[in-house]
Amino acid sequence: MKASTTKEPTVTPIPFELEKIRADFPMLSQTVNGKPLVYLDNAATSQKPRAVIDRIMRYYTEEYATVRRSIHKLSEKATLAYEGTRKRIAQFLNAPSERNIVYTKGTTEGINLVVHGFGGKFLQAGDEILIGATEHHANIVPWQMLCARNGAKLRVIPCHETGELMLDEYEKLLTDKTKIVSVQYVSNALGTIHPIKQMIALAHAKGIPFLVDGAQAAPHMNVNVQDLDCDWFVFSGHKACGPTGIGVLYGKEDMLNRMDPFLGGGDMIESVTFEKTTYAPIPHKFEAGTPAIADVIGLGAALEYLSGIGMENIAAQEHALLEYGTEVLAAIPGLRIIGTAPTKAAIISFTIRGVHPHDIGTLLDQEGVAIRAGHHCAQPAMQRFCVPATARASFSFYNKKEEIDVLAAAIKKTIEVFT
Amino acid sequence: MSSATNELYQQVILDHNKNPRNFKALDHPTCMCEGHNPLCGDHVTVFVNLEDETLKEITFTGDGCSICKASASLMTTFLKGKSRTDAKVIFDEFHKMVKGELNVETTPHHLGRLTVFQNVSNYPVRVKCASLAWHAMNSALDRVTVTSTE
Repeated sequence: MKASTTKEPTVTPIPFELEKIRADFPMLSQTVNGKPLVYLDNAATSQKPRAVIDRIMRYYTEEYATVRRSIHKLSEKATLAYEGTRKRIAQFLNAPSERNIVYTKGTTEGINLVVHGFGGKFLQAGDEILIGATEHHANIVPWQMLCARNGAKLRVIPCHETGELMLDEYEKLLTDKTKIVSVQYVSNALGTIHPIKQMIALAHAKGIPFLVDGAQAAPHMNVNVQDLDCDWFVFSGHKACGPTGIGVLYGKEDMLNRMDPFLGGGDMIESVTFEKTTYAPIPHKFEAGTPAIADVIGLGAALEYLSGIGMENIAAQEHALLEYGTEVLAAIPGLRIIGTAPTKAAIISFTIRGVHPHDIGTLLDQEGVAIRAGHHCAQPAMQRFCVPATARASFSFYNKKEEIDVLAAAIKKTIEVFT
Repeated sequence: MSSATNELYQQVILDHNKNPRNFKALDHPTCMCEGHNPLCGDHVTVFVNLEDETLKEITFTGDGCSICKASASLMTTFLKGKSRTDAKVIFDEFHKMVKGELNVETTPHHLGRLTVFQNVSNYPVRVKCASLAWHAMNSALDRVTVTSTE
């Protein structure tokens, strides 16, 4: 994996001890269909370390109360943990301040928040929104919904056969009409790591703001939002060893200030009368209602866990798995790897001649191997590569090479059944 | 391969997947329906020539997993020559069987060799694969031209 930032590690990396790390994850010792679980569906969601599970348990059993409202001691403690996580996240992304960090339900909500709060306010009929050819549906559908409302147009940066975006076409698509660019850092369907920093600079040279879908990036590499200079960056907790239902929107301060809130309600206000409401300052103006407190606290524990291992260590281990997996899978006759960019995250999407991905998924499951089979919520990407679906193995730092051997053996058995 | 998998992927299913029968479009069908499984992108179009309330011809085109294709293929061989009313009854029984609501070992039925799909009920995520072509056939007989498993 390509180093994407120049940020100094905040935690001294410890030596990478795989078996010790695996022991942190209770799920990794489960069996499926009588076989040890080989969990290779990490791009969909990651398993959780004990530290995260225990932290959530502690909050519910010893610390539970609401945040930012009540005067009592417990609420004060919960608020400290809740707002403390915001600082932790700012540090994780190297954001200037915790004011830049908005809690969301996940990447999808983060994108929708920018679509409504920025797109809904500033885009007009004829304006253009630019996205990539391999986006997740979460970075396509909300924009299409906006276009249907206000007459803006969605434009798509085409991609090469390798899965890399065509940068020359991108530059041509950046015009006076372009009002926002929204591109994934890493493709969930193919694994491509896009040259996002360069793409942001090209957009900014024309004064166009840039949203980064970081769902597949934040859990796997060092992310430095100030170095990238993106206007917004979104990711999900559950792909980063954290709980489901919690995600992060990072936004530059002036962008967040200019945006309209998405949801109205309690907690996002400064004062309310029947005539007029003034909103709370950022980031709280975007956080109406009682938030997912336990999940926020759990996410804090997850990011602490990841930083403890060191994002450089994680990236290096996952890259080693990618290289080994690519070598082993490419050697299987009839197997085609889709997505062959030189810089990739640890995701291998593939098809097998004469075997539908769903059948691959079912037969691998019989061997205890969990992969994803389908369109990966990226149907336009599938159409680009003329396949209805692919099988996808996605690795995490807690996977081991032996598990890739189990995967390869299971694939070979699958091919035998179908020939 | 485990026995559970052999239960699902019986030889006759593997054979119909590899060599689907009646795998073609009809030029002038009296009714046809395109079926989609939006969750996985499988799609099957079923063509029927209905004469005097009898399925004189039934064919299909499309793309899907082995369960989906084999189910479509076996359906066409089984329903050809059957009456519209019988086809509806068999659709209902097949649908119940793959959902695990009809035990073909203990309950009388009209499914014949279609019982090779009885173990699909042990694989809930594959039920829609097995029933897609059947939904399309059933809708075609109702003169509905597009259907979905959702």
